[in-house]
Amino acid sequence: MKRYILVSGAFLVVLLALAFLSLAIGGFGDPPSNVLSALAGGDDRFTVVRLRLPRLVLAVLVGACLGIAGTVFQTLLGNPLASPDLIGVSQGASAAAAGAFLLGGLSGPAVSVAAFAGALVVAAIITVLSWRNGISSYRFVLIGIGIAFLVQAFLGYLLTRADLKEAQGALVWLVGSIGTPGWDEIGITAILAGVLALSMLPLRPALRMLQLGDDTATGLGVSVTRSRALLTVVAVGFAAIAVAVAGPVLFVAFVAGPIARRVVRSSEASLVASALVGAVVVVAADFLGQRALGDARVPVGVVTSLVGAPYLLWLLARDNRSRGTA
Amino acid sequence: MTNHELRAEGITVGYDEREVLSMLDLTVPDGKTTVIVGPNACGKSTLLRTLARLLRPTGGVVSLDQRPVQQYRGKHLATILGLLPQQPIAPDGITVSDLVARGRYPRQGLLGQRTAADSAAVAAALLATDTVDLADRRIEELSGGQRQRVWIAMALAQQADILLLDEPTTFLDVTHQIEVLDLLVDLNRREGTTIVMVLHDLNLAARYADHLIVMSAGRIVAQGTPREVITTEIVRESFALESTIIEDPVSASPMVVPIGRFHSPS
Amino acid sequence: MSPGIRRGAVLIGLAVVLALVVTASFALGTRAIDLSSTLAALTGSGEGTDAMVVIDLRGPRTLIGLAAGLALAVAGALMQGVTRNPLADPGILGVNAGASLLVVVAISVLGVSSVVGYVWFAFAGAALATVLVYLVGSGRSGATPVSLTLAGAAVTALLTAVITLVLLTDLETLSQFRFWQVGSLTARDAGTVAVVLPFIAVGLLVAIALGPRLNALSLGDDMATGLGQSVRATRIAAATAIVLLCGGATAIAGPIVFVGLVVPHVARRLVGPDYRWIIAYSVVLGPMLLLVADILGRLVVQPAELEAGLLVAALGAPVLVALVRGSRVSAL
Repeated sequence: MKRYILVSGAFLVVLLALAFLSLAIGGFGDPPSNVLSALAGGDDRFTVVRLRLPRLVLAVLVGACLGIAGTVFQTLLGNPLASPDLIGVSQGASAAAAGAFLLGGLSGPAVSVAAFAGALVVAAIITVLSWRNGISSYRFVLIGIGIAFLVQAFLGYLLTRADLKEAQGALVWLVGSIGTPGWDEIGITAILAGVLALSMLPLRPALRMLQLGDDTATGLGVSVTRSRALLTVVAVGFAAIAVAVAGPVLFVAFVAGPIARRVVRSSEASLVASALVGAVVVVAADFLGQRALGDARVPVGVVTSLVGAPYLLWLLARDNRSRGTA
Repeated sequence: MTNHELRAEGITVGYDEREVLSMLDLTVPDGKTTVIVGPNACGKSTLLRTLARLLRPTGGVVSLDQRPVQQYRGKHLATILGLLPQQPIAPDGITVSDLVARGRYPRQGLLGQRTAADSAAVAAALLATDTVDLADRRIEELSGGQRQRVWIAMALAQQADILLLDEPTTFLDVTHQIEVLDLLVDLNRREGTTIVMVLHDLNLAARYADHLIVMSAGRIVAQGTPREVITTEIVRESFALESTIIEDPVSASPMVVPIGRFHSPS
Repeated sequence: MSPGIRRGAVLIGLAVVLALVVTASFALGTRAIDLSSTLAALTGSGEGTDAMVVIDLRGPRTLIGLAAGLALAVAGALMQGVTRNPLADPGILGVNAGASLLVVVAISVLGVSSVVGYVWFAFAGAALATVLVYLVGSGRSGATPVSLTLAGAAVTALLTAVITLVLLTDLETLSQFRFWQVGSLTARDAGTVAVVLPFIAVGLLVAIALGPRLNALSLGDDMATGLGQSVRATRIAAATAIVLLCGGATAIAGPIVFVGLVVPHVARRLVGPDYRWIIAYSVVLGPMLLLVADILGRLVVQPAELEAGLLVAALGAPVLVALVRGSRVSAL
């Protein structure tokens, strides 16, 4: 327990440091802004408070949501490699958003709502399709991947039917990016995330029991079907919020949990630590994407994929070598 | 320990389209050690899992103290009925005390806070299973026998009056098998816990059972004391095995000596 | 009737069906051409627009369907055999994404615009992805279906991210790439296909030769070694064949998912777990599936067309779902 608090504290410190950096450092070669004076109303107020701060806050929210979503999914499915990014939930949101944008001509918040709905619908479809006397995590993951491919095909179709400029605009929905959010958007996201976090509280004990397997959990009095259903809804909700507001920022949901658990070295689902790790990853990735490559602006989703995918592959390769079967 | 009546009446249980148990009746003797044996695929695990409410019978009812099991609230039922399933999963990195503490879930509030009663129960469970020294060790570092003892400790922390165990000794070597079974006898004698377990070793079952149930092809072939139940005829009927029954020189319980093609009394 | 003869008879029957499908591919489409004109065109005595449509437009398309369908189905069978994973497929395992990536790089970075140019990049990309998945997926007893599929999904995600990165900035490439990406049989002409055919042919020959070895491999690495086989050599040969087949197919038809998954399974249902027959049946069933998808694509939204790749994805996903639902978890 002590280690948990220590490590979470450390992540928080890292997060704050990164936050400070991203508020202070601007474009390549620009002098760093004086953050504190800017916050108090000084010179760089516009840049720091109007441009960078909202972006930072949203990045933290998105990262936290994805971190929690990933950990809950991984615990529910009993597989550290299963994550809403890979099993179709994020893709469903992208396709719905692209569809709303390209076919429906919608923009702004309406597209976000579509993305949210898309994530929920896909998760529901996967759940229904993989249901056979209950949920098996194997079936869920495999069907999820199949649906992901189907959705990708649909997205490809949309891209070919739109005109070129529109298609390029829709690309944003294929890869996550933070953009320049308004405070109202951030407010809504924060409220939704808060509601979900509250509903997570009474579910946490059940989640810990589910780690012991369905049979033992039932023996301990957990209503397995109901708990799994509620937890899935909450996890998908977190993922959907993140995707609705920032597009599919892949791999954050996947890595946050394992990193948190490895550092905290406990068997707990470590939701708070995962949220912090998720936030750190997204803030760092966005910082890198916006500042580290000179004038080029690389969307955060690309950075997380470029770093996250090799990590996943390394994990898989390592698991296979050490145990023979994953 | 309070007295309870756990019984199955006319239960029919199946998977997909296959019917495994059909119109089966069973009353679990309270305060005793009951062992269920039978050849592979005879339905013994299915029976245990149905008693533990992991499976829902398509016909008939499993009842505890005259009330159908389905009518109990999950957590309340878990304070009476404890379970050790066949291949329990322990999350990576969990320590012994952590795992045993999870057994307190049925008695904890909505947000899962730990109370003094919880800590006391965990300590008592560790003591009873002789795992106090292992408290801070991680599960994956333990031997098979130690691990099973820890799982039993978790079930103990639940403070359930009835304990159901599905093949608790199957993957253990002989030393550990005896270790675990002796622990269960302790529980039964000291605390009065009713024990129901599935064993695959007929002779160990004969030694440890107060009440022995022999199954075959989804039916109960015989039940009673080991002496009543272990006979050449019943072994032949349920296991399709020719045998001679002698008296176990150590425990005086009946012991099955198999007769095969190359080994038969001359 | 002995099983061998029965299987052979069914195979011949299927080949006849394929011939019919091929004829349909020449005959059907947005422009309605009746059967006699089609046959006339095919035998060289046709004339006018009809003949042109049949030979110049539908000819290459049909040829691509045959070649790509065959290549993808056989590659899928090889993958399933080598990984002992019922869900292996060139699309799912990221091989197609690898080919796509290098094609994008070729177009945008290197300015390659002729297909003859792309082809080599498609091969290289397929090879890279195959090696990657092989490295990740092999262990002492091989990866489970779940982890291998996840590896493929991860490789695909990684490569897609890079592709998207390029496309975001390069409008020109996007305009070409997005059409290639959906998997269509119409993007190439016969000359291009001719370039690729030898590679597919070699891949096919290797695959056929590997049939008996795959049978041994399906009993497990240990058993196969005990039966005198070099597991490593088999894997390398299979990987080579997979690269040739997938690279070739992706070069002429773009990345198409699920053909490699569905066809070997249907073959297995018809003919049992003998890989020699599964590969033989895949040779016939693969083109059948792809051409049927292409024909449907021509007919369902007339006068527009839906690319074959889209239809195959739409047809294949339910099959995947049914497969996963139908099998017992232990079998996975």
